[in-house]
Amino acid sequence: MNSDLKLANDNIAARHRKARIFRMFCAGVTWMGAGLLAILLIQVTVDGIKWLDYQFLTSFPSRFPYKAGIKSALVGTLWLIVMIAMVSIPIGVATALYLEELSRKGRFAKLIEINISNLAGVPSIVYGIIGLAIFVRGLGLERSLLSGALTMSLLILPVIIIASREAIKTVPMSIRQAAYALGATRWQTAWAHVLPASFPGILTGVILALSRAIGETAPLIMIGALTYVAFLPEGPMDSFTALPIQIFNWVSRPQQEFHELAAGGIIVLLIVLLTMNATAIFIRQKTEKKLQ
Amino acid sequence: MMTNQNCAQNLELVSGQLFTDEVILDIDDVTISYSGNPAVKSVSFPIAKNKITSIIGPSGCGKSTLLRSINRMNDFVEGVTVQGQLSYCGHDVYSSEIDPVEVRRNIGMVFQKPNPFPKTIYKNISWGPVINGYKGSTDELVEKSLRQAALWEEVKDRLHESALSLSGGQQQRLCIARALAMEPDILLMDEPCSALDPISTSHIEDLLFELKARYTIVIVTHNMQQAARISDYTAFLEMGDLIEFGVTDQLFTRPSQRRTEEYVTGRFG
Repeated sequence: MNSDLKLANDNIAARHRKARIFRMFCAGVTWMGAGLLAILLIQVTVDGIKWLDYQFLTSFPSRFPYKAGIKSALVGTLWLIVMIAMVSIPIGVATALYLEELSRKGRFAKLIEINISNLAGVPSIVYGIIGLAIFVRGLGLERSLLSGALTMSLLILPVIIIASREAIKTVPMSIRQAAYALGATRWQTAWAHVLPASFPGILTGVILALSRAIGETAPLIMIGALTYVAFLPEGPMDSFTALPIQIFNWVSRPQQEFHELAAGGIIVLLIVLLTMNATAIFIRQKTEKKLQ
Repeated sequence: MMTNQNCAQNLELVSGQLFTDEVILDIDDVTISYSGNPAVKSVSFPIAKNKITSIIGPSGCGKSTLLRSINRMNDFVEGVTVQGQLSYCGHDVYSSEIDPVEVRRNIGMVFQKPNPFPKTIYKNISWGPVINGYKGSTDELVEKSLRQAALWEEVKDRLHESALSLSGGQQQRLCIARALAMEPDILLMDEPCSALDPISTSHIEDLLFELKARYTIVIVTHNMQQAARISDYTAFLEMGDLIEFGVTDQLFTRPSQRRTEEYVTGRFG
């Protein structure tokens, strides 16, 4: 046997050992992340579960913890989700489609691309300041749901665009070629084939982006969402509060009961988030099955 | 609007014989370059109407590049330039007055790997004609196209199932049916059997024989036996040069060029 090869054989045991150590390290890190999250969830649940009842969900905020509820914040958050989705999804997906499928790949497209990537990393408080300057003051929309939704849409647009572009990129070139060869224009191809084929990926990105939006507090505080709202918004121009703001408000009070209320609010927020994610997974699997 | 009325009877000498077929597409001194590097060099030969013309040659000889330039599918590849003339019934395909979308409506294409849309069998066929303004009955169109592609009997009960549920050979015939639904003048086929088993391949070859009564077919193939079996004319390309073009029988039995002989007898390639 070749002596080099023999040396390699001698090494095999050591290489296997290294692989095992590395695998254990990776597993450890993974479990640490999951474990910390679990501890956090358990802590929150223990603190907040006893406050979580029908009265909590259907009452307005109050100075008395046992009377306080989360109704206006929950409704405000639901309003926000719907409005943000209505603004950001069409703009974000259309932008992604334009950049990937319809624009000429030139310096201009590159410039936009770099800018979008940078925007995704801008701290959310900065978006809050922009929202305050443009929507609340500039356009005179006041501290309304609309201002909040527009600001949040700005915040998540880069995320939606980037995720949608990635999803569009995964559509095989052969499908586009098939369409072009039938005398389809770029637009017809993009609309009828590229968009549906990338739908599951786009949806995942959109839901993740929306989840981020409803968890954000800083921009909403910046544009002046109220912390004490004893009424429900009836239209996009009404003032509002949202779950994270209500939670923030309760946490910042000295009384222990309010801290527990905050934990209850966090549970509600988490349930909303998980429901959204579950919906995304459900729709994605349903459409993927249809495609196969 | 493109019509095929100006398709003139074209007489020229091809390997010593008078080329008496009607020419539907004339490839005239065509050079195709990728960012300045020529992949096809000054190639000229006619495509005869209602005949099968095959383009053969070793890998990388530029045969697919040439085929894709005919219906301007190379437009989507960055850095490709086409010089010379590709006249389709008297219109230069690359003239600035010609809309490439219109070229592709008249010159269909079947690709190397079956690429059905991830939609139903029915939608695969009907989509092309519908977006191009087809107003008739799509049911009839779907049946007619599938019958032409010899696929109707196999799929008539599952038209609304996903095209991806078909076998590879069926998918390729679906792609042919999809191209035929547009009623193209010319059907370009880029190694349509290379991803298929021998039985599916022979299905498709039989199909091509039937189709040439109504369509002009240009087929790129790796498989010399296939070219010899199915085509009327053959062009042999090597390193971007057209080495020989002629009547298939003659090119395979009495080639005029030594390189052709060496290739068709399997001495290289």
